[in-house]
Amino acid sequence: MGFISNLINGISLGSVYAIIALGYTMVYGIAKMLNFAHGDVIMVGGYICFIAMNNLGLPPLVAVLLSIVGCTCLGIVVERLAYKPLRGAPSLAVLITAIGVSYFLQNMALLVWGADPKAFRSVLDLPSIKLFDGQLTVSPISIVTVLACVAIMVGLTLFTTRTKMGKAMRACSEDKGAAQLMGINVDTTISMVFAIGSGLAAIAGVLLCSTYPTLMPTTGSLPGIKAFTAAVIGGIGSIPGAALGGIMLGIIEIFAKAYIGTQLADAIVFAVLIVVLLIRPAGLLGKETREKV
Amino acid sequence: MAMLKVTDLNVYYGSIHAVKGVSFEVNQGEIVTLIGANGAGKSTTLNTVAGLLKPRTGGIEFEGESLVGVPAHKMVTKGIALCPEGRRVFQDLTVRENLEMGAFTRTDAESAEMRKVVYERFPRLKERRNQRAGTLSGGEQQMLAMGRALMSKPKLMMLDEPSMGLAPILVQEIFDIIKAVNEMGTTVLLVEQNASMALSIADRGYVLETGRVVKTGTGAELLVDDDVRKAYLGG
Repeated sequence: MGFISNLINGISLGSVYAIIALGYTMVYGIAKMLNFAHGDVIMVGGYICFIAMNNLGLPPLVAVLLSIVGCTCLGIVVERLAYKPLRGAPSLAVLITAIGVSYFLQNMALLVWGADPKAFRSVLDLPSIKLFDGQLTVSPISIVTVLACVAIMVGLTLFTTRTKMGKAMRACSEDKGAAQLMGINVDTTISMVFAIGSGLAAIAGVLLCSTYPTLMPTTGSLPGIKAFTAAVIGGIGSIPGAALGGIMLGIIEIFAKAYIGTQLADAIVFAVLIVVLLIRPAGLLGKETREKV
Repeated sequence: MAMLKVTDLNVYYGSIHAVKGVSFEVNQGEIVTLIGANGAGKSTTLNTVAGLLKPRTGGIEFEGESLVGVPAHKMVTKGIALCPEGRRVFQDLTVRENLEMGAFTRTDAESAEMRKVVYERFPRLKERRNQRAGTLSGGEQQMLAMGRALMSKPKLMMLDEPSMGLAPILVQEIFDIIKAVNEMGTTVLLVEQNASMALSIADRGYVLETGRVVKTGTGAELLVDDDVRKAYLGG
């Protein structure tokens, strides 16, 4: 039963990584930038939800929605203020700016909410489900996390393949100049993808904090980096790749913790990244990129 | 009154003066071609009219309205479509999706109607509508790029080097299509290195050399012009 329990925890943690990785991958696919502040949006999402529930006494569902709306706005504002002026700048400049935004968000959180870890109350106040005469315990939040991940992945896939705006995003991802000639407003499209990515980060933040209930300004950093790793393993820019990479990473991390050792778990996660990139540089589901000449 | 009127256009790439005071006009219903060697400023001129590049000075008027400063993504709604150099179809999108993008600013009903028209003109695209554009041959990709530009029902269709890299038989086909599109009522501004083909279908032509218009005339006049023959038509 230990194995199944670990597997469930792994899939659940992996689903959180997958949701974060989907945001990373969407933004990278369209804006062609690594938004290293993405992990910190998760943390902001967690705080918004925490404050809405604990300080304002709002019901969990309203708190989650507030968190999504807040992060979506944050994503759009950050893009407008920090990244848009750098359109056309060398990618290194954009990368450094993203790291700067990450520090800014963390320190703002420190200033506003303090350094003390907050005990996050799960948004799902239900008792655990006991199976096989109590040998296997499954927390409802795990189930919700996995369902949310599947729903988001299916939703994003339908959005990018069935809707006009989604197809326009794919067009922008490939050739911004040609997309403009079609009448697609590239700036609006980039804003929208930041909005989607940040909204997903809020969901990930709430789910993450509901499972691991310590919330502090650095809460988003490591999950952010791991989700980035997941996106790269799956093939950055690919939606199924991000989901696959995220779930893989979650399972590997929990199994490593259970069977090898807690201290080594993170090292193993990143070792997997190195191995995958050695064998498939474009990631598991990534496309070989053609160099433009 | 000219449909498109470009006056004393100056475009720079950084410090390089690529287009030096180019002026030309395109009248409703015409096929006008800009010919010239590589680097003469033809594509730069076209991209500037399309809003992809900003002119340093000069005027661009379309149907009496200035286009200077209008962003590229607003041009389709004004009735201008550019079929860009190197085709630039969306490789990862299907043929059908590429066409849908061409009608991005149109309603779904208009898009479906135009798709029918385009499929009629380009039966190959209909056959391959669910195929990724990246899997098409060069000639098919050029047809897709033209079909995609037509999807917005442009008043003025600009084509940048449509014959580039195509086999002679396909070049003939592409030019036949351009003529047919024009006969349907679309005004055409054509940039070509293949001067003889371009002049043979054009009502009027402008010869560009290192960023300047050096000669202008009807297509027939330029075809028999000694200087043009020597420089661009192989004697």
